[in-house]
Amino acid sequence: MFEESAVIRWRKYTDRYRLIGNACKACGETYYPAKEQCPCGGKEFAAQQFSGKGRLLTFTEVKAAPEVFESKTPYVIGIVKLDEGPKVGAQICDANAGDLKIGQRVEAVFRKFYASGETGVLHYGTKFRPVF
Amino acid sequence: MTAGIVGYGAYIPKYRIKAETIARVWGADTRRIVDGLGIQEKSVPGKDEDTATIAVEAARNALARALINPKDLGAIYVGSESHPYAVKPTAGIVGEAIGAGNHYTAADTEFACKAGTAALQMCMGLVQSGMIKYGLAIGADTSQAAPGDALEYSAAAGGAAFIVGSQESEWLAEIKDTCSFTSDTPDFWRRGLSPHPRHAGRFTGEPAYFKHVLQATKAMLDKTHLQPTDFDYAVFHMPNAKFPIAAAAKLGFKPEQYKDGLLVTAIGNTYSGCSPLGLTKVLDKARPGARILVVSYGSGSGSDAFVLEVKPLIEERRGLARRTEDYMKRKTYLEYAQYSKHMEEIH
Ligand SMILES: [Zn+2]
Repeated sequence: MFEESAVIRWRKYTDRYRLIGNACKACGETYYPAKEQCPCGGKEFAAQQFSGKGRLLTFTEVKAAPEVFESKTPYVIGIVKLDEGPKVGAQICDANAGDLKIGQRVEAVFRKFYASGETGVLHYGTKFRPVF
Repeated sequence: MTAGIVGYGAYIPKYRIKAETIARVWGADTRRIVDGLGIQEKSVPGKDEDTATIAVEAARNALARALINPKDLGAIYVGSESHPYAVKPTAGIVGEAIGAGNHYTAADTEFACKAGTAALQMCMGLVQSGMIKYGLAIGADTSQAAPGDALEYSAAAGGAAFIVGSQESEWLAEIKDTCSFTSDTPDFWRRGLSPHPRHAGRFTGEPAYFKHVLQATKAMLDKTHLQPTDFDYAVFHMPNAKFPIAAAAKLGFKPEQYKDGLLVTAIGNTYSGCSPLGLTKVLDKARPGARILVVSYGSGSGSDAFVLEVKPLIEERRGLARRTEDYMKRKTYLEYAQYSKHMEEIH
């Protein structure tokens, strides 16, 4: 993901900044990120804005990371089940692994992902933090 | 004048460092520093936070209280002295993150600690002239201090956002009037390629902070024919706790008028977010009819003064987003080495 060009990432800004996925018009199943084909066979979708509220399904602490994230270690990544249904893999911020519990409430926040080197573009997107 | 706040929001990062933790590293006398500045601890941004992310959360809180479509925002201005880019606007990042669409004017403002209140005045003008329906003004900073500098005890992170509109029925507070006092004063500055600001020590007091805050306040009181006793709350820019308390005393304001907005003791000076955050904390509590004075100060130098009057609608809206105090209570303390790592990340 971190090797994408600035332009490829830019095309996904709306989805990543605001947690917008889609919903299958045939069966109603919701997806994040957006899908182009539903397992039900449906191919028509409507944009779906998620509330950003959910529960932490699982998480792990990252101690050794690729170069662009190295200075951020240790950090936590996890899978969040949004209240609307979809499961999202994301960084869990404002928390250490020791503070977190499976099943706890989390909420989406806008945070910096990484900088493309000293002089490159800054990348932002959605992470999740414990509800307080 | 017809402009009012239709939504307001705050954000303060969860990390803190205590003044005594910093003082210990430099072999300084903690008691002398805490007594001198009146700052017990300050907020520190997370490693993945910067002025843009702080501005976005404050703006989302303001939208939650305003209950407007973000696409109805006609202007977005973000005031800061720590914009993530030297060239590329924070305002556009905020606009995208809150779903403002593309049909809005935007710019970043800079005027040391008063860039946010300058943005608020710009939105008032656009709204009052009928050029736009709503304007979003934000003051946010992740302020920098050279390690070992006196500013290290106060330079903090946080921000506040205000949505300004002209429809009286939508106001949480009316902005009754504003005025400014501006000059060319070399009390604090940072050249383009320097990582940390410089300041002129004691010169930052009388000819800088006090002159501008006092003159702007006096001009505001003259213009509105109001007395200090006509106000329920007063918020003066807080580079430390001593300056605003001394300014209030010189002007004739009492502790019960300024104590609610005086959040510098607990979170430090959040620069462009400073007096705006003081205002959000007052709005979290003030009763309809309450009159509020806000006076910012930005080195270089200038002060913007505002007179606000709280409206009944605020009672049903303030609970729609986290209060400033909720963010103040959420905290994790850092040791100095951890703090250094956090500050390196925001360069
Ligand atoms: Zn389907």
